[in-house]
Amino acid sequence: METIIVALGSGLVEAVQPLNLFMIFAGCLAGLFVGCMPGLGSVNGVAILLPVTFLVPPTTAIIFLAALYYGAMYGGAISSITLGIPGASTAVATVFDGRPMAQAGKADKALMAAAIASFIGGTVSIILFTLFAPPLAAFALKFGPQEEFALMLLAFATFIGLGGDDIPKTIFSILLGLVLAAVGFDIISGKPRLIFFDMVEFQRGIGFLVLAIGVYGIGEMLWTLETTKGSVQMHKVNTGWKKIKENFKDIKLYINSTWLGSFLGFFVGTLPAAGATPAALMSYGLSKTFSKDPDSYGKGNIAGVAAPEAANNAASTGSMLPMITLGIPGSPTTAILLGGMIIWGLRPGPLLFTESPDFVWGLIGSMYVANFVTVILNIALIPLFIRVLAMPFTLLTPIIFVLCVLGVFATTDRMFDTWIMLIIGVAAYFLRKLNYPVAPAVLAIVLGPLAERSLRQSLISSRGDAMTFIERPISLTCILIALALMSYPLVSRFLKRRKAAQAET
Amino acid sequence: MTVRTAELIMAIVLFVMSVGLMANVYFGDLVVGWIAGRGPGAGMWPFWLSLGMAGASLATIIRWFTGATPESRNTDPYIASETIFLVTVSAVSLLVMLILMNVIGTYFTLVIYMFFFVRILGNHSWFTTISMMLGTPLFVYLLFEVALTKYLPKGLPFFEELFLVVDNLRYEYFY
Repeated sequence: METIIVALGSGLVEAVQPLNLFMIFAGCLAGLFVGCMPGLGSVNGVAILLPVTFLVPPTTAIIFLAALYYGAMYGGAISSITLGIPGASTAVATVFDGRPMAQAGKADKALMAAAIASFIGGTVSIILFTLFAPPLAAFALKFGPQEEFALMLLAFATFIGLGGDDIPKTIFSILLGLVLAAVGFDIISGKPRLIFFDMVEFQRGIGFLVLAIGVYGIGEMLWTLETTKGSVQMHKVNTGWKKIKENFKDIKLYINSTWLGSFLGFFVGTLPAAGATPAALMSYGLSKTFSKDPDSYGKGNIAGVAAPEAANNAASTGSMLPMITLGIPGSPTTAILLGGMIIWGLRPGPLLFTESPDFVWGLIGSMYVANFVTVILNIALIPLFIRVLAMPFTLLTPIIFVLCVLGVFATTDRMFDTWIMLIIGVAAYFLRKLNYPVAPAVLAIVLGPLAERSLRQSLISSRGDAMTFIERPISLTCILIALALMSYPLVSRFLKRRKAAQAET
Repeated sequence: MTVRTAELIMAIVLFVMSVGLMANVYFGDLVVGWIAGRGPGAGMWPFWLSLGMAGASLATIIRWFTGATPESRNTDPYIASETIFLVTVSAVSLLVMLILMNVIGTYFTLVIYMFFFVRILGNHSWFTTISMMLGTPLFVYLLFEVALTKYLPKGLPFFEELFLVVDNLRYEYFY
């Protein structure tokens, strides 16, 4: 415990260094901005701005991106409440009660509840993160390539079992990401693989950022252009210090659902592939179930705003836990952060705590600072962000497109990659329209090289004996859980059918 | 085209693509099987994963015929006619931007691109248009060339030389 406090202290000192503190402010602002723009979320912000962070040292870069991730969770509520359009998928559940509250002229109360719940959710999860991360990383030090591979299998199985999307399409998306990651020279034999049309450019492979920016920059913008083209109706918000003070007193109405959301959000967030969106939806559902007045949910119950907002903030921190300690991202955004860490020359995984303590503890310290900064910026700048929401897409779209193209070029110095990005972006748009989930592909292209390496390392060290995965207890456990998760949709469908058949007879 | 038709076409395209990937690995002089005592060959990972992709696409095709996916029963248009324009223009404008970057260079392209999006598509005022036309290249220059020290594409030699004036000025006065 003492070592944690000392390390955290040094992390906090690192976080308040002038450059880092400035980047926390910049990140929170950028996050609030992308969060509140309909259709854009933390994942888009992180993907589009990652190339820009090569300007600063890795610790500062991750602090900026983590603050952005954080800010986006706060920002999502702003458009959910005032426009009735979720600012990001993570804020979908906030619309359920936020919108009716705004229609009843209580947008200010809803925004305040969202900010306070986000703050509590964030604080609870950071404390949990600080307590859980070092022991988990120490435990993970025992992992060999077998365990690494089994964990990655588990991450993909979570998508299949709990993703809730069409299963063959989810599987396709995962496999596509893994195959795209294999383009280029084979890491072990050095042979070129999947060199399409004999183009030498493919020898260097397809970078994960090319895919991530294609999917989340281009594809998502095209999608947003389509969905938000209709006229939006914004609700007026009363802001002012007096109002803020008055609204602060409402806290007792939603404190219970906030606690529920905070703890639930953290633990759901830590599950590989789960992330903030399912956490917020689950938190909303549970808060409604436990409420004394469940019927008022969906009609403007302030607890229905607080529960998902606390959960999505808590989950954003939670999803960083497996990324930092195990090297397995818990959400699409952390998948991109993980890819960024590889570009910065760091090796994600349990060794990070011993090899780069400044990096890890600087990040943790910055999360405490960012939480304070964001809640203050959020409450103070609500009027500004409401004005930003009125910004027409004909101004935002070209800026984002330019950032996507130049961001990809700046990362790889090749025009070729910008073409690939455009093709992937347009393809992602068409696939998404047919309900193909795109997040698994992004996760897979980041984890692909790591998964293949750990699989082949394990098999080389065991001289080709596949039993090596089953002989080791941790790896066996992960594989069994993964198998259970993969078969869960089939089993649950079977049980449902049997129940229906029984009901008929 | 309805969503239903699009679902089938997409699944078939993806199936063919997966088989193409398998063929690429198989005929690409890579071992797709197991090397005794050494584990998987270099082509095993992409080959069997592509086979899985083909299988997943086949499952989607079968589910289309049985009407199992919501998309296979949806007869709404795949892309609504009022959005076709917006989405197509955005995608094509990106394509043109990439082509122009190779010909007239990044900065001249940005000026034209902003004019097109802000003035022609967005119908914004001349003040906004000109601010964006000048502001974006300036911002890009400062961020990418000055701060990140990246040399963005400058196009054909004629345009590149035109732009070198700016670089020369910068090196003369700031370094």
